[in-house]
Amino acid sequence: MTTTVAAAAVGTATRAGVEVRLENLQRRYAGVTALDGLSLTMAPGELVALLGPSGCGKTTALRLVAGLEQADSGRVVVGGEDVTGQPTNKRDVGMVFQAYSLFPHLTAWQNVAFGLQMRKVDARQRRQRAGEMLELVGLSGFADRFAHQLSGGQQQRVALARALAIQPKVLLLDEPLSALDAKVRARLRDEIRRVQLEVGITTLFVSHDQEEALAIADRVGVMHSGRIEQLGPPTTIYSRPATPFVAEFVGLTNRLPGVVRGGEVDVRGSRLPLVQPDTADGPAIALVRPEAVSVASGGETAAAPLVGTVIATAFLGATSRVTIDLGDITVLAQLPTSEATALPAGTRVRIAIRADPVLISRDEAAPERA
Amino acid sequence: MTRARRLRLRVFRVIVLVLGGAFFLVPIGAMFEFSTRGNRVGAPRTLEAWTTIVTYPDLLGAIRDSLGLATITSVGMLVLLLPTMIWVRLRLPRLKRTIEFLCLLPLTIPAIVLVVGLSPVYRWMAINLVDTIFLLSFAYLILVLPFAYRALDAGLSAIDVKTLSEAARSLGAGWGTVMFRVIAPNMASALLNACLLSVALVLGEFTFANLLSYLNLQVEIFQLGLANAGTSIAVSVASLMFAFILLVILSFFGRPRKRVAPERTGLPYPIAAAGPR
Repeated sequence: MTTTVAAAAVGTATRAGVEVRLENLQRRYAGVTALDGLSLTMAPGELVALLGPSGCGKTTALRLVAGLEQADSGRVVVGGEDVTGQPTNKRDVGMVFQAYSLFPHLTAWQNVAFGLQMRKVDARQRRQRAGEMLELVGLSGFADRFAHQLSGGQQQRVALARALAIQPKVLLLDEPLSALDAKVRARLRDEIRRVQLEVGITTLFVSHDQEEALAIADRVGVMHSGRIEQLGPPTTIYSRPATPFVAEFVGLTNRLPGVVRGGEVDVRGSRLPLVQPDTADGPAIALVRPEAVSVASGGETAAAPLVGTVIATAFLGATSRVTIDLGDITVLAQLPTSEATALPAGTRVRIAIRADPVLISRDEAAPERA
Repeated sequence: MTRARRLRLRVFRVIVLVLGGAFFLVPIGAMFEFSTRGNRVGAPRTLEAWTTIVTYPDLLGAIRDSLGLATITSVGMLVLLLPTMIWVRLRLPRLKRTIEFLCLLPLTIPAIVLVVGLSPVYRWMAINLVDTIFLLSFAYLILVLPFAYRALDAGLSAIDVKTLSEAARSLGAGWGTVMFRVIAPNMASALLNACLLSVALVLGEFTFANLLSYLNLQVEIFQLGLANAGTSIAVSVASLMFAFILLVILSFFGRPRKRVAPERTGLPYPIAAAGPR
């Protein structure tokens, strides 16, 4: 299916995206705080991904927007209308679930038409719009199949078509790719983004998979303990993490012991500027990305003061991740594969750390990694 | 698996099938044989006992009443249990154990104890409301609870009730639609199972009806047996056959759908045979 066909197909079903605001949402379960004053404003047509470890409150936030749960306090405003007290079936939201949620007794097109039937759309229009939606997700040839006759990826695409068919004000995606295998997941992720851009619907996407969230979203909100730690474009989240938690949760991070002195941190002779220069002096853990670590050619002691031994190399495609043992700690370096292949296990190397501003951590407890 | 082991397994299965079949069919066959005997020694076989079933007005009335009781009990059971169980599963999961305990309780109480407890209520209803055999369906509703609960619980456990109902709700469905158009169709086998168990139990019930002085099928068969054993046995075989036919129907309903007719879509374009997965 070409994009042109899809755009034409969706023409009758498109509705301009609306602004969605979550205002100071609080939710507690039996003494456990799931959401602790969460606030988020989504621009019309924007795709925001909530990313975080299990139990951080991201799914709770999405369920509050859907009306599947009620907030203890706070408001959900969709398109200027306060929907906080409205039941789910009156909220005008489309939702794709983590678990396969197609109605097993209905065919794909009947599933897509279900929401339209609930809205009392006449039979002719139902048939037409369900057909358009299935065409939009590339499954027009599968209209007569039941859920058990579809693969996992196809089921989620039908679920997406079903959610979009009712022309909701907001689309909610609750880890829709997590039950799929890696290849299908990557393909469907791109498919979801394409469809979302074509339809122009405001979308909240929840995931614990950072690659998925960073790849699909206009903005990513990294959640921790019921709050958004940092909200921003994927590149900012990755390259300029605001907190040690974000730095450690998003991407890989080396935790290198050092000492803070005068707005810099000294890591075994390498002086690295701090993101927050007014940090008090004293021992700290510098959080350094693997791509900031380089392996120097022999003899450049001043530029590459750290000496270690390569103990493993993980091939990632164009780049490889090399694990280097410095004696008391190990360091990860992300290198071009051509460079990494020249460093078999056991090779003695000198490494340098690029003098990018770094975050430090004084809390030894690492965050839970999903 | 070796060939010899496969062969042994097959032989074992056949033996189990034959023994199981014999266990059920030999008594029925014997009953049928008895019901077709002539009136005296050496008389030829006859279907007189079967043909005379329709000549006993009380028997026909009892069959009609028992079928009515079975229908009322099955419908009552579904109306009472299905929404309750779905609601408990979705909104009040902490009550699941309590509901299960209440539903299984009748299993632990002997029928005679239940009858003794219920008889004043029935006496009061007969005097002050209406005296009809269909009042028995209240007692039968209690009797079928444990069996129907188990069947429905198995059906509910086989589907993701929470996700299906949340998906339906997000598409605009009210709770009634969720229950009767989303959940119930996906547990059709369990519903039929529960109904079949209820029907079988009601059609075979004797103690309650007899002690509460109502004339249902089993009581009538018992009384008929005192006067005409052949007809009594013929009716018993017929009621067993009725239950068997219900089972066969159930097994067909329980099968997953294999194929769908293309014309069911009604889509304005042809259906492709295959596509990307």
